Amino acid sequence: MIERSHHDMGGLPAGKVEPTEHDYPEWERRVDAMVQLLRLGGKITVDELRKNIEQLPPEAYDKLSYYDKWIASLTQTLIQRGLISTEELGRKMEEVAKRAAAVRD
Amino acid sequence: MQPQFATEYPAVAPQFKVGERVRVRMTAPLGHIRTPFYIRGHVGEIERLCGSFPNPEELAQMRDGLPAVPLYRVRFRQKEVWPDYRGPDSDVIEIEIFQHWLEKA
Repeated sequence: MIERSHHDMGGLPAGKVEPTEHDYPEWERRVDAMVQLLRLGGKITVDELRKNIEQLPPEAYDKLSYYDKWIASLTQTLIQRGLISTEELGRKMEEVAKRAAAVRD
Repeated sequence: MQPQFATEYPAVAPQFKVGERVRVRMTAPLGHIRTPFYIRGHVGEIERLCGSFPNPEELAQMRDGLPAVPLYRVRFRQKEVWPDYRGPDSDVIEIEIFQHWLEKA
């Protein structure tokens, strides 16, 4: 039985909170824009996004950055909603990886 | 899908009045839950009715969350929630909790 989900950590011992600021790289801005547009367009709900963040494995939940979690969750949500397929996504990722490799070489 | 911010939903009738003492249900189902783990089982007082909203536990599973559920702001004494709390006795913590997580204390 899962008594307490990993993300639900309010009140547990923790280290000092170190607030940090950073400039948002382009990909983070795009993720944010996609989430807002899909939400306002009624295609997804913030509740689904939260659920999918909460279902990340504990190691991933602790390690991933804020927008890393968002993109993981958004991707999962789009697949669950049938807006994209796993195969489609996998092929696109291969294509982008090849394109990035070509730029590097 | 319904827009998330509209308030004209068929809703469950509010069951609690301002000032009434309520206990947060002590249970741990799976799914997306907005009631923090640390507050379950504690007794507080209804501070206000915030309105009625589609149930986020249902929205997270891609259902409409209707009828909407009354959401209350519930006031707890910090000393009661955290036995080792070192602030003044008058300190409180307020948490917004959906009606189905509350029972008469």
